Amino acid sequence: MPRPATFEEYLASLVPPSVRGLDRRTLLTGGIGLGALTLAGCGDGGGSSSTTSASSASGSASGGSSTAATGTVTLGSNQSDAVPKAAIQSVMDAFQKANSGLTVKINTVDHNTFQENINNYLQGSPDDVFTWFAGYRMRFFASQGLAGDISDVWTGVQGLNDALKKSSTGDDGKQYFMPSTYYPWAIFYRKSLWKDKGYEIPKTLDDLKALGAKMKADGLDPIAFGDKDGWPAMGTFDQINLRVNGYDFHVNLMAGKEDWAGDKVKKVFETWRDILPLHQADSLGRTWQEAAQSLQQKKSGMYLLGMFVAQQFEKGAEQDDLDFFTFPEIDSAIGADAIEAPIDGYMMAANPKNEAGAKALLGFAGSAQAQGLAVASDPSVIATNSGVDTAGYTALQKKAVEFVASAKSIAQFMDRDTRPDFASTVMIPAIQDFIKNPADIDNLVKNIQAQKVSIFGS
Amino acid sequence: MARYKGINQLSGLDRIVVALMIVVPTVLVVWLVWLPAISSVLLSFTNWNGIGPIGQAKWMGLKNYHDVVTIYPPFWPAVRHNLIWLAVTFLVSTPLGMFLAVLLDKEMRASRVYQTAFYLPVVLSLALVGFIWQLLYSRDQGLINGLTGSKIDWYGDPKYNLWAALVAACWRHTGYIMLLYLAGLKGVDVSLREAARVDGASEKQTFFKIVFPVLAPINIIVLVVSVIEALRAFDLVWVINKGRNGLELIATLVTQNIVGEASRIGFGSALATFMLLISSVFIAIYLRIVMKEQR
Repeated sequence: MPRPATFEEYLASLVPPSVRGLDRRTLLTGGIGLGALTLAGCGDGGGSSSTTSASSASGSASGGSSTAATGTVTLGSNQSDAVPKAAIQSVMDAFQKANSGLTVKINTVDHNTFQENINNYLQGSPDDVFTWFAGYRMRFFASQGLAGDISDVWTGVQGLNDALKKSSTGDDGKQYFMPSTYYPWAIFYRKSLWKDKGYEIPKTLDDLKALGAKMKADGLDPIAFGDKDGWPAMGTFDQINLRVNGYDFHVNLMAGKEDWAGDKVKKVFETWRDILPLHQADSLGRTWQEAAQSLQQKKSGMYLLGMFVAQQFEKGAEQDDLDFFTFPEIDSAIGADAIEAPIDGYMMAANPKNEAGAKALLGFAGSAQAQGLAVASDPSVIATNSGVDTAGYTALQKKAVEFVASAKSIAQFMDRDTRPDFASTVMIPAIQDFIKNPADIDNLVKNIQAQKVSIFGS
Repeated sequence: MARYKGINQLSGLDRIVVALMIVVPTVLVVWLVWLPAISSVLLSFTNWNGIGPIGQAKWMGLKNYHDVVTIYPPFWPAVRHNLIWLAVTFLVSTPLGMFLAVLLDKEMRASRVYQTAFYLPVVLSLALVGFIWQLLYSRDQGLINGLTGSKIDWYGDPKYNLWAALVAACWRHTGYIMLLYLAGLKGVDVSLREAARVDGASEKQTFFKIVFPVLAPINIIVLVVSVIEALRAFDLVWVINKGRNGLELIATLVTQNIVGEASRIGFGSALATFMLLISSVFIAIYLRIVMKEQR
C-alpha cells in the first residue's frame, strides 16, 4: 500500500477490503469517478437490506430538520471534562431549538469509565446515541451488531467529504459513525516562554536533544510527561514510530501484521530511551492534566500531546500563547509528514428507543451548524465538516487545520488503530515497564510479541 | 420430652418449613456462588470476548493458563504483591491490633475515645481511604513531602507505592483487628486471670500462657479475615492507579481483563481461577481447623 498523499486518501485507506472491493465493482460497472464512490455504500445497502430502507423512509433526517421525530432522545456522552462537556451541551441546545418536538437527555459518564465499560454499556440498555471514535473499535461494534446502521442519515448530510464517509463505514459497507471533530497530536509549547529564552523549533532529533539540554540548563523540564492513566505515552510511541518506521509500518504494526520483537520496534524504543531523560521524571504518578499544567506554568518547555492540552489553558490570551510543531524528523528517508489526528463523533445504538429522534440528532451532529458550535465552545478541536466557517477559529485552530491539511498521512492513535484488548492489557503495562526500566528493551519487545501472537492469534 | 425419631414425626407444615429452609438457601448458594464459580472456570478455557452468545467462543484448552504464567508480565508481580499484602496484614496489622486491644482492655482513662478513634477508619470504604491518604502522599501537594521536603512520588513510584498503599490499608485494618481482639478479651473469664495472679504469674506470663490460648477462636477469625482482606485488596489500589505500575494485584488484573474495554473474558477468567485456587487453599486450612475443634 503506497503512503496516502492526502488526508482523503488516508481515510479511504481505512476502509476494509470488503468495502473497497465493492467500490471497484461499482466503478467497473460504469461508475463516474468520485461520485460513484459516495453512492457505492448506500446504493448497495439499500438494495440488499430492506429493513434500513424502511426505517430511512420514516426517519429520513436531513441535517436535523426532520419533522416526524418527537419525544426524548438519550445521549451517552464520554465528554466529562468541563470544556468538551459544555461544547456538547451547546450543540444539544441548538438541536432542541431547531427541533421543537425533541428533547435530548445527556448522560455524561467519566471519559475513562465510559471507555472501559463500553462493552457492557452497549449490551445493556445503551442510550439512543453515544459518543465514540473512528477506527478499529467502531468497525468492531458495527460487525458485532452493537451499533445501528445510519447510512440513511449520511445521504442527507452536507459538507462531509467522501474520505470521512469511508472512515465512518463498517466492514459491511454501511455507515455507523457520524464524525464531529478531530484534533492533531504534536509538540506544544508557549510562545512567550520560547521567545524569552530564544528557543527555536527543532527540525531533527539532534535539534530536539540540543534544545532539551538547553532547557535543562535553564532549569526547565524539557518535555512535560504524565502517564498515570497509561494511554498518553502511547502517543509518544506512535510519534517516534511514525518518524522511525513511517506510516505504513504503523498501520501494519497496529493491525498485528508486523513483528513487535523485530529491529524496527526496537529502534523505536531505543530512540525513545535516548530522549527519555528529557522527559519530566516520575511520570507514572502524574496525569496528563498535571503535566499540561506544568507547561502552562512554564515549568516545562514543551509537551507532546493532543491538541486537547489547550483545555488546561485559559481561553483567550493564554490559549493564543500556545503553539505547536510536529515531532521532528528522525530519518530523512521517512520524513516528518505523518501525523496523528483522531476523529471523535457519534454512533447510534443497535436498537434505539427513539430511532427517528436519534437519526435526527446524528444528522444534526454532522452538520456545519452543530460542528461550528462545538468548535466554538471547545477551541482544542477542529471541525470535520467543510461547511464550518473557519473565520471564527482561534490561531491554534487555524494552525491545526493547516497542519492536518499539509500532512501526507494521518493515523488515529494506538488504542484506536489496534485491538483494544491488546492496547489496554499489553501495551499499557509494557510502555509503563519501559518507562520504569528503559534498559531492557530486548525482553520487553519479546514479551510484547509473545502476547501479540496470543491475542491476534497469528 | 420425647426423643426425636426422624422426619416421620413432623407434621405436614413442619415438613414444608424444613424443606423450604433447605431448598431456598441451597438454590441461592448454587445460583449465586457455585454457578458463577463453575462458569468462570469453564469460561477460562475459552476465548470469549464478552459479546454475543457464548456458543461462538472457541475452546482454547489450557492456553489461557499457559499464557498467564509464561507471557503475561503483570501476573507474577501480582501474586507476589498479594502475598506481601497477606504477610503485612498478618504480621503488622494483627500484632498491632492485638496490642491496642490489650491496652484498651486495661480500662484506662478515655479508652472509649481511643477505641472510637482507632475504629473510625474501618467505617470508611477502602476507596475513600485511598483518597484520604492521597492528601498525605501527593508528590507536589502532600503533607509528607511538605514536612520532609522530599520529592518522593509515594503513589507513583513503584519502589514505594505498594508500601504506601499497605500503610493506608493497615491503618484501616488494624482497627478492625483491634475490635475483634477487644471483644475476645472482654470475654475472657476474669477468674482465669485471678487464678493466674494467685499462682504468681507475671503480667506477661498471664497474657501469653493464659489469655492468648483462650483467644484461639478469635485468632482463627483474625487469620481468616486477614486472608480475605489480602485477597480482596482491590478498591484501594484501583483508586490509586487502576492496579498498574507496581500495584498489580490478582484482583485488579482480573478486572482489567474482564470489566475493561479489553473484554478478554476467557483470559480474565483464567486469572480468576488462579485466585479461586489460592483462596481454596486457605479455606481448606480454615475448615480443617474448625472441624478439628468441633470433634
